Amino acid sequence: MFYREAGQFKTSYAADQAIFPILQDRIFVAFLLLVAFVVVPVVANEYWLSTILLPFLVFSLAAVGLNLLTGYCGQLSLGTGGFMACGAFAAYKLSTGFPELNIVVVMLASGVITALVGVLFGLPSLRIKGFYLAVATLAAQFFLLWLFNKFAWFTNYSPSGVISAPPRAVFGDFFVTGPQATPAGKYLFALTLVALLALAAKNMVRCRVGRSWMAIRDMDIAAEIIGIRPLTAKLSAFAVSSFYIGVAGAMWAFVYTGSVEALAFQIDRSFQILFMIIIGGLGSILGSFLGAAFITLLPIFLSNAPNIFGLSISVDTVSHFEFMIFGALIVFFLIVEPHGLARLWQIAKEKLRLWPFPY
Amino acid sequence: MHAARQIGGPLLQVENISLSFGGVRALANISFEIREHEVLAIIGPNGAGKSSMLNVINGFYHPQEGRITYKGKTRARMRPHQAAAQGIARTFQNIALFKGMSTLDNIMTGRLLKMRQPFFMQALYLGPAKREELEHRAFCERIIDFLEIQAIRKTPVGRLPYGLQKRVELARALAAEPELLLLDEPMAGMNVEEKEDMCRFVLDVNEHFGTTIALIEHDMGVVMDISDRVVVLDYGRKLADGTPDEVRADQAVIDAYLGVSHEETASAAAE
Repeated sequence: MFYREAGQFKTSYAADQAIFPILQDRIFVAFLLLVAFVVVPVVANEYWLSTILLPFLVFSLAAVGLNLLTGYCGQLSLGTGGFMACGAFAAYKLSTGFPELNIVVVMLASGVITALVGVLFGLPSLRIKGFYLAVATLAAQFFLLWLFNKFAWFTNYSPSGVISAPPRAVFGDFFVTGPQATPAGKYLFALTLVALLALAAKNMVRCRVGRSWMAIRDMDIAAEIIGIRPLTAKLSAFAVSSFYIGVAGAMWAFVYTGSVEALAFQIDRSFQILFMIIIGGLGSILGSFLGAAFITLLPIFLSNAPNIFGLSISVDTVSHFEFMIFGALIVFFLIVEPHGLARLWQIAKEKLRLWPFPY
Repeated sequence: MHAARQIGGPLLQVENISLSFGGVRALANISFEIREHEVLAIIGPNGAGKSSMLNVINGFYHPQEGRITYKGKTRARMRPHQAAAQGIARTFQNIALFKGMSTLDNIMTGRLLKMRQPFFMQALYLGPAKREELEHRAFCERIIDFLEIQAIRKTPVGRLPYGLQKRVELARALAAEPELLLLDEPMAGMNVEEKEDMCRFVLDVNEHFGTTIALIEHDMGVVMDISDRVVVLDYGRKLADGTPDEVRADQAVIDAYLGVSHEETASAAAE
């Protein structure tokens, strides 16, 4: 009833190609951005900012990265944790080695370094596909973690193997890492970076490069006959995906936790992000965010739910229930909509256009 | 019927091509030529090597012997994307569309080689990248109009019926503005109306854009009606090559298609 595009005529291809062609969507997104950038930093408390929203943003970015590779280009990867570690350690080495570098430059440069590593580990994709490629990317996961554990150079010879983010400011007193950084400042920094990178990802997937990835995903033989070089398409997907994941890893270490060791990026991290994009929706930028929200926010909600509803259940029972309900919900959503939450959202929007009429 | 278009010299020459997979001889010593602006049909019974021939032409298979001259240049080994860059486009016998993408995106993908903007401009979607995208969109819309698929431009191709998918595949091949268009059974599995539509599109493409077309087709009525010349293959060998009328009268072709009647020969011998 309210979500109607009737009367909105597109008179140019530019209007038709827009990310949000429908006016109501544009209003909603503008509202969402306003809330995220203005209202949340003012209203939310420290707990919300640094234990709920920051990990959500970091995971969203990593999920966008993996979705570009797996959802759009069809290359299954289990090396996400390793690439996140790579970004984190690259950021650490860069910021301690070159203290004068701005934190934004450090973040992006560690993404670039991870992109190069990603291209290297993406080379097998030219020969192997599907599950076999996933196993090959495990090599990245294990090799990179081994590398960061084995060679103390990466941790600046810290005896515990833990790296701590040095205090760095974007400009003046606006610290985003280290003890002086406020949760709101960190949140705004992460939000800005994630929003801009997500926009760039959306632009990529609706342009030539995104189409070449999807063509490789859907039918690689036909893609080649159209003139797409599998080498370029696959390796560029690995590079861009690893860039995003590397920035997410750097953000994890610097902005979210502040100090981290390689163990934080083990194989279960890779699986966690893979589940996010499967539940959120493969081949959807929005789905990456929905999946990250589902996986990071739902357990927190479930563990707090008894308090919210005024039930008194012992803590360990709650944690058991948390796992059971979480698992059941994953199965439920995958059965209801195998294409993920993003597709559910799309169906809901289509229904909303007709509401209150059945068709 | 084809008054406006002039059939020119050879665009592509195939000389003594032989191709085998292990011990199986798919093509044996085949030579023919495709002339500029013509519609050439390649016919033959199942397993005659027609699709293999197309695969050789667009670089998908590498023949063990023989050579291919395209636009005056004799070709060494070539990859499919190089063939695409030289202006050879094709459709497939079993539809090879990008199922997860919309009709429009499929057609836009066909124009991929024409797009030049660097990666970072695309990520920012600024100025030239946006302009390029919109220019190509305008071109694709012309193809959409031409093939009369306006209504399905935003539909994911996986949801389209078979006949329309075939049409979208033709649209995607046309988007590359090819000089040589290879169609592998464009009318297979279609009903009469769909076949008539497809014939009209093939002839229109040939006439309006001057595109040279080489097609494989089993429907003899269609082949005899729309093609300028016909090449007949059987068991990897070339049986005949000529205008539809010549081919129709060729005894070897008749034998291959209708079979040599052993009963007749036997009864003739008995008498």
